[in-house]
Amino acid sequence: MTTKPNNGMVPFLADCLRWSLSGGVGFKLYLAGLLVVMGAGGVAYLRQFQEGLITTGMSNIVSWGLYISNFTFFVGVAAAAVMLILPAYVYKDKDFHEVVIIGECVAVGALVMCLLFITVDMGGPLKIWHLIPGIGLFNWPSSILTWDVLVLNGYLALNALVPLYILHCNYHNRAPVGWKYLPFVFLSIFWAISIHMVTAFLYQGLPARPFWNNPLLGPRFLASAFAAGPAVIMMVLIVIREKTAYPVDAKIFLKLKRIIVVAAVINLVMLFSEVFKEFYTFTHHSLSAQYLFFGLEGHNSLVPWIWTAISLNVLGTLMFAFDPTKGRPGYLMIAAISLFSGIWIEKGFGLIIPGFVPSPMGEVVDYAPTLNEITITLGILATGALVVTMLIKPALRILLRYKGSMAS
Amino acid sequence: MDDKKLKSSPGQKSSRRSFLKGAAALTAAGSAGLLTGGCGGSVSAETMGLQWEEFFKKNYRLMTPEEKQATVDRLERLARIRHDLDIEVSNREPRENVLYGYAFNISRCKGYMDCVEACVRENNLDRRSKTQYIRLFEMDPGQLDPTSGEGRYFHEVPAANKFYMGVQCFHCENAPCIKACPTKATWREPDGIVVVDYDWCIGCRYCLAACPYWGRRFNWGEPEVPLDEINRRQHYLGNRMRMKGVMEKCTFCIQRSREGRLPACAEACPTGSRVFGNLLDPDSEIRFVLKNKKVFRFKEDLGTDPKFWYFMD
Repeated sequence: MTTKPNNGMVPFLADCLRWSLSGGVGFKLYLAGLLVVMGAGGVAYLRQFQEGLITTGMSNIVSWGLYISNFTFFVGVAAAAVMLILPAYVYKDKDFHEVVIIGECVAVGALVMCLLFITVDMGGPLKIWHLIPGIGLFNWPSSILTWDVLVLNGYLALNALVPLYILHCNYHNRAPVGWKYLPFVFLSIFWAISIHMVTAFLYQGLPARPFWNNPLLGPRFLASAFAAGPAVIMMVLIVIREKTAYPVDAKIFLKLKRIIVVAAVINLVMLFSEVFKEFYTFTHHSLSAQYLFFGLEGHNSLVPWIWTAISLNVLGTLMFAFDPTKGRPGYLMIAAISLFSGIWIEKGFGLIIPGFVPSPMGEVVDYAPTLNEITITLGILATGALVVTMLIKPALRILLRYKGSMAS
Repeated sequence: MDDKKLKSSPGQKSSRRSFLKGAAALTAAGSAGLLTGGCGGSVSAETMGLQWEEFFKKNYRLMTPEEKQATVDRLERLARIRHDLDIEVSNREPRENVLYGYAFNISRCKGYMDCVEACVRENNLDRRSKTQYIRLFEMDPGQLDPTSGEGRYFHEVPAANKFYMGVQCFHCENAPCIKACPTKATWREPDGIVVVDYDWCIGCRYCLAACPYWGRRFNWGEPEVPLDEINRRQHYLGNRMRMKGVMEKCTFCIQRSREGRLPACAEACPTGSRVFGNLLDPDSEIRFVLKNKKVFRFKEDLGTDPKFWYFMD
């Protein structure tokens, strides 16, 4: 047992940083790869910063694109950490308690990506201080966007500080004190629901856009998030199980699988309900859905995407529902990737772009992201992956060491 | 859109579209926009100071009259330093007992688009992206919804069996765009004009998504207007030069209407289809139209209460 004379934050953080960067050649290469992609994204952003959003494929008709699509999807991934937190803390599930920290790290990475996507989408990123209450002018409670600023940053704080506290205690060989962090854990459960509902309300609250102005949007956001988010967490857990010494019990995969199946089936039922409403009685408001699923006036750039998404969605759901391998990691990985990609396309591109097409004046245009826009997006995704990696690595090491010292 | 424009028949009689074609020929070279915060080579200490103060100024609505005057002076001085241009930026307040309203005569409009041209020139609209606040939709008989019309027609007018509906910002009393803005950078003035504080807008484009009438335009790149075509009589909330990354829109030509003049579109219309005036004045032409004509508004079901009506003779 190591003896730490103080409860200091500095050695804790220094060790965390050291551990997060140490690893074999493969790991170093992985980190270098992420840094290269981030660098490319940074250069591309510099260009966008100088020339303006004209470097993207967006226009006055499709005025949100790849960035906001990804933002919307990753809010769901962040919210999904609650699917581990809820059973771990409310139902005192031992298996989930072992991996709850991983869910929280994934949530932090997803939120960092969300905030970056919002920032690169802004026309005047230097004016972001106009949004800070007190210094700027915060249009709260009227603007849903201000609600989103509050809930996203609040959720980031909750998901960063709670694990930080627990790990800090474990690092110094202490058990965390319940009353100091449990209230925040329960708060974060409600908060997770709120980040995704508020993000749905951003779109749902606009009568100008009939495709979004739909009361099912919020609940469907939750259902798809609770399928795609645990799928991401499952992917991370499989990697941890294969690549590290940290024990991940097979029971966790079975439990996660059950959550994913329930959420994915609810998501598909809601999707069917929406499709029925749009096409059984085809109204003027169904034109966006027509554009998305079948194309409109010769414009059909989204059609192959949405059908790919639905196929992947159904495939992933079926694979999870009828698993002949009874939880073999390789099989689960394929199922998780399939479901995750399907929901990514459907909830990103498939949700945001058709909201703008046709325009309120009935005009139909296609949107395609530019190379610059794609590079920035990839840079942000790499940043998210780096954040998750750099959080999980020291966290697992501290937990392992703490468990070892408890056992001895 | 550009392809179509170039393909338009060479023998067209109407020269009214020549302006827009001219704008298309205009290239980035030699044209410049006024902006705060460009990256010039040698920037004087004075410019730096002015830019600094401009960057940290408040939302226009929170400024005292002195602060409003100070920012207007700074903008004029910056234009002088950067482009050797004498501009006059007004911060004229709304007139008492005035609420502006607009009516569009769909029986009279023949689609000449003089309104569009006048608007582009008056409001210093970006020539590079060919920004237009006004759109004219060509309609076939049997329709009354501009969304079913053709917003891009490239033939000679007047055309047989066609009529036209103009759309622009409708200056809604219950405007969804204002509600959406996270920084209160867009609001409705007491005289009913919905304005944008360009320096306060962060460019999130939520207002554009919220507008059911497609009334807003975003500056995707640095707007460009040839120096000799810049309208120098400007208003802080109106036609002063915008910068990249901010939202803009029709302001009923606030720089003109607050001086008691007609908006450029209404003045330019050769057919007298555009009626603009004070809704609070019982003797105004707009009140005559509302009282004596059959009028209707676009997307009335959304409850936005626009101050823009259509009517027929």
